[in-house]
Amino acid sequence: MEPAVSDISNLRGAMIEILNDLWGFVATADNWRGSNGILARGRAHLWISLVATALATAIALPPALILAHLGKAPVLSVGIANIGRALPSFAVIALVLPISISLGFGLGFWPTCVALVALGIPPIFTNTYTGVATTPSALREAARGIGMTSTQVLLKVEIPHSMNVIITGFRISAVQIVATASLGALVGYQCLGSYVIEGLAQPTRARDRLLTGAVLIAAMAMSVDFFINRAERHLTSWRSVLR
Amino acid sequence: MTNRPFIATGNPGDAFIWWEWITRRPGEIWQRTVEHLQMTVVAVSIGCLISAGLAMLALRYRWTMTPITWIGNLLYTIPSLALFVILIPYTGLGFLTAQIALVSYTIQILFRNMVAGIQGVPSAVTEAATAMGYRRIHRLWAVELPLAAPTIIAGVRIAAVTVIGLVTITALIGNGGYGAFINDGLNRRFSTPIVLGGALSVLMALLVDAMLMALQKAVTPWSRRSATSRTSGAR
Repeated sequence: MEPAVSDISNLRGAMIEILNDLWGFVATADNWRGSNGILARGRAHLWISLVATALATAIALPPALILAHLGKAPVLSVGIANIGRALPSFAVIALVLPISISLGFGLGFWPTCVALVALGIPPIFTNTYTGVATTPSALREAARGIGMTSTQVLLKVEIPHSMNVIITGFRISAVQIVATASLGALVGYQCLGSYVIEGLAQPTRARDRLLTGAVLIAAMAMSVDFFINRAERHLTSWRSVLR
Repeated sequence: MTNRPFIATGNPGDAFIWWEWITRRPGEIWQRTVEHLQMTVVAVSIGCLISAGLAMLALRYRWTMTPITWIGNLLYTIPSLALFVILIPYTGLGFLTAQIALVSYTIQILFRNMVAGIQGVPSAVTEAATAMGYRRIHRLWAVELPLAAPTIIAGVRIAAVTVIGLVTITALIGNGGYGAFINDGLNRRFSTPIVLGGALSVLMALLVDAMLMALQKAVTPWSRRSATSRTSGAR
């Protein structure tokens, strides 16, 4: 039974060491300031995620709504979902870099942003399409029956009915974008992922920044998930009447 | 490292894809394929076992459903890169760290589909089975599992395809697989291995997906028939 006890105390020791590392880095004021500070990198991380999520939504939402409303291209929707899942985010980020440089956009923000948009489109498109397309036909017919136009059916029946599915797609996209933005550090974009990449380059000496980066990225992804969940509950509060 | 541009030196390596570089490396490509597949199969198998246990627990004791779902969602939300890094002090750089992160990612998907599949079995069927004398485990194995198979395998497909994409990231913490090509290309500012690693990963995802779909059709020969009769019956 001796080894088990020492294992547990090792684990506890390791955990205390990790917390010390983390606290040592986070509690040092200098690590927050400056262009490589936590504040600047955190802000950059959030900013690129916001821009990429907004662009992905702007690109994916309108065609998904219209195609689903018209009942067209169901195969396209399934195809986009499958391709989106199969595309490795690491490869997309890495690949956008040479393309961006050969086109003259350089390193940093734009290659990362384009890759994030590409990764963010599939969940939004697929969920929006599925949500609208699976609106019960009885609802649709009733809406037409009380004199709604086709556009009104989309705006007043199909979108509200599928709102939770649409927001779920948006949430999956946003969380994935926040998570993948960390990889932007590999292509020269200063964000929270930079701590991880710098730390991985020298895992023994820079363990504090490695852990700080990881914990901050995880915290940001989880907060985004949490807030969109709250917003979803707020936006679809009328559903509680149905439950 | 991060700010060196792709330098045009007139080498064939400046091209987006340098085919000869690829054709010279059948051995390396094969090795990376084996590593990548190994990581995926191990992660999805362990994920299936854990999720099956959790699903049985949740179906037997309903109150465990919410906490399990909650933990699954939490694990799913933590970015894989962050999880890899947080685990490094405990489990070091390499296989074990990668597996823990990959497995924890699959549980949400697999658990959800397993529970949905079993719950989707019509109660008339389970009642009939009970009336015919099937006990709980036997009924699960002989009646509910076959009927839930399409949903469960759909979950396995999503998990497998997702894991294949995530395995590329494990190259950053020192694992092999196709991610090693991508990492190599990034470090040397050389696009051919990036394209190769990305394309092979997508290819593997599509092949594994197709194989699992074929498996699903093979184990549920009745589902195709009922699907066609359903579509022709509607409208």
